[in-house]
Amino acid sequence: MAGPLTAYDWKTALKDAGLAAAIAFLLFFHLIGLRTVEQGAKLTIVPDWQGLILAVGLVFVARLLLGFMAHKWRARPKAPAARRHPRLYDGILLGLVALALLLPATPLSSRYVLDVLTLIFTYMVLAYGLNLVVGLTGLLDLGFVAFYAIGAYSFSLVALQTGMSFWQTLPFSIGVAAVMAFALGLVVLRLRGDYLAIVTLGFAEILRIVLLNWVTLTGGPNGITGIPRPTFFGITPDSPATRILYLYYLSILFAAAVAALTWRLRSLPLGRAFEAVREDELAASSMGINLTQTRLLAYMLAACCGALAGAFFAARQGFISPESFTFTESALVLAIVVLGGIGHPLGIMLAALFLVGLPEVFRELQSYRMIGFGAGMVLIMIGRPRGLFASRPPAVMLGRKENS
Amino acid sequence: MEYFLQQLINGLTLGSVYALIAIGYTMVYGIIGMINFAHGELYMIGAFVGLITLTALGALGLAAAPLAIVLAFLCAMIVTAAYGYAMERLAYRPLRRSSRIAPLISAIGVSILLQNYVRLAQGPRAKPLPPLVQGQHVLLERADGFTVTLSNLQIAIFVVAALLMIALTLLIHRTALGRAQRACAQDMKMAALLGIPADRVIAITFVLGASLAAVAGVMVALYYGVVDFHIGFIAGMKAFTAAVLGGIGSLPGAMLGGIAIGLIEAFWSGYVSAEYKDAAAFLILILVLSLRPQGLLGRPVADKV
Repeated sequence: MAGPLTAYDWKTALKDAGLAAAIAFLLFFHLIGLRTVEQGAKLTIVPDWQGLILAVGLVFVARLLLGFMAHKWRARPKAPAARRHPRLYDGILLGLVALALLLPATPLSSRYVLDVLTLIFTYMVLAYGLNLVVGLTGLLDLGFVAFYAIGAYSFSLVALQTGMSFWQTLPFSIGVAAVMAFALGLVVLRLRGDYLAIVTLGFAEILRIVLLNWVTLTGGPNGITGIPRPTFFGITPDSPATRILYLYYLSILFAAAVAALTWRLRSLPLGRAFEAVREDELAASSMGINLTQTRLLAYMLAACCGALAGAFFAARQGFISPESFTFTESALVLAIVVLGGIGHPLGIMLAALFLVGLPEVFRELQSYRMIGFGAGMVLIMIGRPRGLFASRPPAVMLGRKENS
Repeated sequence: MEYFLQQLINGLTLGSVYALIAIGYTMVYGIIGMINFAHGELYMIGAFVGLITLTALGALGLAAAPLAIVLAFLCAMIVTAAYGYAMERLAYRPLRRSSRIAPLISAIGVSILLQNYVRLAQGPRAKPLPPLVQGQHVLLERADGFTVTLSNLQIAIFVVAALLMIALTLLIHRTALGRAQRACAQDMKMAALLGIPADRVIAITFVLGASLAAVAGVMVALYYGVVDFHIGFIAGMKAFTAAVLGGIGSLPGAMLGGIAIGLIEAFWSGYVSAEYKDAAAFLILILVLSLRPQGLLGRPVADKV
């Protein structure tokens, strides 16, 4: 460990940065420097030396800066860990909810703003649901989009076949998702950690392939159109403005309900059981918690939230196709949960706002968006593996250990 | 019978490619116990670098020579190895001591990052590659004109894959590096105490896995004649299935599993349904993991308490 008195070693720093730049040159030479362009059926090469130099230079500067900052940080005395203020978080949360409720009455509101916010609230429903499995119970699910799809498709198919309204069909589609989660969970929840993650991903992919190919039922790649809109006590809001407003408040209602439910849960025995399973399976099961049952319940509850979001999504769009249910969606929801952390409902809320809202606003940067998204996931894991916004001590803790 | 034979040949070709990718998964899992979710992207990058090299050499008028293909393989291996190294160094090494889930999420991030980086740098459309290795042998001909063929490229794929696997097996079992790798896989802390540079051994494992994936990528680019930025995901998942089927952590298991997955895919698309061929691989994955998680050749892992 370098003390505060050691001078910064510029020579080594430059050498390191040079090495990083050399590796970067190797990495980028083909893929950035030689751009392939299709001309008819043939490929031609268009060199992009400017891009190459820019990318390599960026790596050089970044390595230099990083080394320098690390040096500075090492020299600095360690600041005491910042205290968390749950009260403050509660206040911010309430403020944001009030703002969301009053927004349509303010001049800030527009059709576009309400649409984006409705989308964000839909993702919040998904994220609070997935948080039950990933955050609370500690099971990594990479195929959460499967239940989103099941909700959307079962809702659309039933609504179109029977002519039932939104509120009549909703319980049914949630039930379908719960049954599917039960069946799948029985098979796969014996697995743990990364194996479980891959299996859930496999399930989601199988489902997507089936949705793509079972043309008679799902319409294949063309999807399903003409899905009935949500009704309000039997009345279908017909003017676009009222409908958007209605959907907006409905999405707030769903997000708030799921958030309240999942956060209330952790002070109930069931939620405590979830957390116990996450922290230590062996200890949990020797305290009489049935592991399979607990995991299955978490999984099914999450699936219900996914289906709720899916049904709402289908009813809002009026159109669904397998394209909306790819792995990217699973990864996005997972990123919201990871970024939001398992500390406070506010975390997931801000993470959804950040990860869904920002890319919507900066549409022009679309192509850079996913790169930043991937890099962000890596950086969060390295920097704040417990989430960016809040971390949370266990719900119940006995007195501090003497020797720790 | 003829149809069966043809599917067998196709399946073995596919299988040797999957086996090469699967080795990367199994080696990394064996040594640090993580699923390198982004390994499929290394295969995609290998395919791209091979394609770019071949196209660039073609533009210089050098494409026809067999030397160009050798050069493409070499370039792809070196560049992809650099990606494997950078990936380990930047995204996984800082997480060595954290929970099991953190490196997996980081790997998903790397996978998304690499896919979209290639998409941005090279464009979203599929890139064509003219057939460079031509010529095929008719093995059998049925009365109705259906022929069973074995192309030179298929032979080359078998031979290259087999040679690489033999070389790798020798490397693992006969050299000091291989011994260090096996030691790290058994007990990283003890190996480090005995003076084995564990970090370097892990980095070399990534480099080896990446170069094998690159070879697989270039071979597939030559075989199918198209490359695009999302081929890594499905191929990676299938290769991972192969590694799990063979018993993750076991080198012969990965080879066996790769061949098995290739055959299953070829026969499934030949006899059952071509649309659901990707679903077949995932179904096998779920079945193997829930019925026999240790795979065909792996040993059951006892839980450490």
